[in-house]
Amino acid sequence: MSGHSTYVPSSAIARWFESRLPIIGLMHGSFVSYPTPRNLNYMWTFGAILSFMMVAQIITGIVLAMHYTPHVSMAFASVEHIMRDVNWGWFLRYAHANGASMFFVAVYMHMMRGLYYGSYKAPREILWILGVIIFLLMMATAFMGYVLPWGQMSFWGASVITNLFSAIPLVGSAITTWLWGGYSVDNPTLNRFFSLHYLLPFMLVGVVVLHVWALHVVGQNNPAGVEVKNVKRDTVPFTPYATVKDSFALAVFLIFFSWFIFYVPNYLGHADNYIEANPLVTPSHIVPEWYFLPFYAILRAIPSKLGGVMAMFGSIAILAFLPWLDTSKVKSAAYRPVYRVFFWAFVLTCVGLGYLGAMPAEGGYVIASRILTFYYFAFFIMILPLLGIFETPKPVPATIADAVLAKHGAHAMQPAE
Amino acid sequence: MNRFKSIFVAVALSAASLAPALAAETHGPVPARLNWSFAGPFGTFDRGQIQRGFRVYREVCAACHSLSLLSFRNLGEPGGPEFSEGQVKALAADYKIKDFDDKGEPVEREGRPADRFPKLFANAEAAAATHGAAPPDLSVIAKARSYSRGFPLFLLDALPGMAYQEHGVDYIVALLNGYTKADDPNWNEYYPGHAIKMGKPLSDGQVDYTDGSPKTVAQYSRDVSAFLMWAAEPHLEQRKRTGLNVMIFLIVFAGLLYFTKKRIWADAH
Repeated sequence: MSGHSTYVPSSAIARWFESRLPIIGLMHGSFVSYPTPRNLNYMWTFGAILSFMMVAQIITGIVLAMHYTPHVSMAFASVEHIMRDVNWGWFLRYAHANGASMFFVAVYMHMMRGLYYGSYKAPREILWILGVIIFLLMMATAFMGYVLPWGQMSFWGASVITNLFSAIPLVGSAITTWLWGGYSVDNPTLNRFFSLHYLLPFMLVGVVVLHVWALHVVGQNNPAGVEVKNVKRDTVPFTPYATVKDSFALAVFLIFFSWFIFYVPNYLGHADNYIEANPLVTPSHIVPEWYFLPFYAILRAIPSKLGGVMAMFGSIAILAFLPWLDTSKVKSAAYRPVYRVFFWAFVLTCVGLGYLGAMPAEGGYVIASRILTFYYFAFFIMILPLLGIFETPKPVPATIADAVLAKHGAHAMQPAE
Repeated sequence: MNRFKSIFVAVALSAASLAPALAAETHGPVPARLNWSFAGPFGTFDRGQIQRGFRVYREVCAACHSLSLLSFRNLGEPGGPEFSEGQVKALAADYKIKDFDDKGEPVEREGRPADRFPKLFANAEAAAATHGAAPPDLSVIAKARSYSRGFPLFLLDALPGMAYQEHGVDYIVALLNGYTKADDPNWNEYYPGHAIKMGKPLSDGQVDYTDGSPKTVAQYSRDVSAFLMWAAEPHLEQRKRTGLNVMIFLIVFAGLLYFTKKRIWADAH
């Protein structure tokens, strides 16, 4: 879908500039004239919401870094200095800490949508894999950010997660020492986490640019899961249609976000992180942030340390192979009645794993974690490859326009100029 | 298709019935949920209450517990106990602050409003050597203590109209009233493991109130807990007030965008 820009420079200066650096045309082609399928639903607004969250996190983060001190004896007090003495510091910190959670809420919705409508299938494999890389970078960034306030959960969370690398045979403990910059989580660890926490978001921006580029080459998927055949009948221009829809969705999302910032700012955190890190006192339960809980549950479901680590990283890595694991030719779950059931069971499994990740690793919780971990992997390795063979999909509409017609009736197809 | 649906429903139902059973085990007695003036979206501190709470802190808790993240000036700032400038100056002057004179010699001088509350011990080891266990700093204690309400109540705690964010203060009140074995001042009903190093700190009539409030442990514990909530979150009132403005703006803005969207899309469907 390249070359769809209709931008015509209207002044001599604009023509002079455009013939030397066609960036205005590029912007115009990407965010104004870019054709978007006319049948997109609100699940397609999370891309814009995620872009907003990324920028919001970078801006609040840069200002917070101006007031933060990455030293084991001062980090905790410097965060409290931000909360107490910096003008609007409480807002910046609560917006940034809850912003991380909102970023994950939006990315999980975005991924769920991709999974439901088969957005990872040809020709969007690279687009999907770039998304998996973005997700990994988000997780690394969020994990290191949580260490910076140097509370008890910061310290012990960092200890538990970095210790996972010691499970690697032969070189494990050497790698762990290298990661720590010493023989335990200490000042060098905090310093490098701060440095990387500032670096990774900009790498994330780079991969997001590639993600958007790949998207604009292959075009958006849509609820019908059929490709655009006739730009005029099947699509509407990004501006004003998608712009105003994304803006409305973003405003609603911001209401949700603001509720957390202003009224329940510590709900998603853990009380122990208001206790300064103490290497001599282990908290009774070490729990990661909520968005890591399903993966934490998978880690603890496997009885061996190395096996658990492999299962945990495998549970994310397997997403990258999804385009080839799903053998069905039909993209959208709207026409895959059996897949739809397994999909919702998968969503419930992830929620269940999240709950179990917050519970102590004992008794019935471990058994439940193992059952759900089995389903998590079975969904990708067994169910998706086999469903493509055994499932009989419902008839798929020939074009996006037909799908809209079926839903809204004949009056719907007035051309939108 | 129907068979898949019924299997799915059966799995979902059994999972749902399993969840509360898994969550049912809670540890120890649960602190009572109290009414606080600062709870809810429109909450503000009760000035009289946190002024009394400060008095309890200063006359009882301050013997062992520091408040080192707070400055004296905070006590006069809007949204807090709002003592007068004169009161804050006089209060700060009561404290001795370690400093250096013009020649670099260590001196002890009178506190000023800009100073932080002094630490009581050089480090945790020194505090533990004196008290048996290091008494925690109380600056953020109201946010550093909590208790689990379990599934599904913890979900309701986030919801508008039901939001419950005062676990920490409720726990502190429960703890201060939890010395229920008359023969053992170190037994506490609410402390994890029950054996607490801090002996029963409050007794009726211990702190003199001048505003006619009852001089009871029940009253002292609530007042000092409210004060500690303010100490942990000194901008709570500003936060909630700002939140109301933000919410009104966003709801109106989202409404306008909704109608704009409808208008623009009217010819596209």
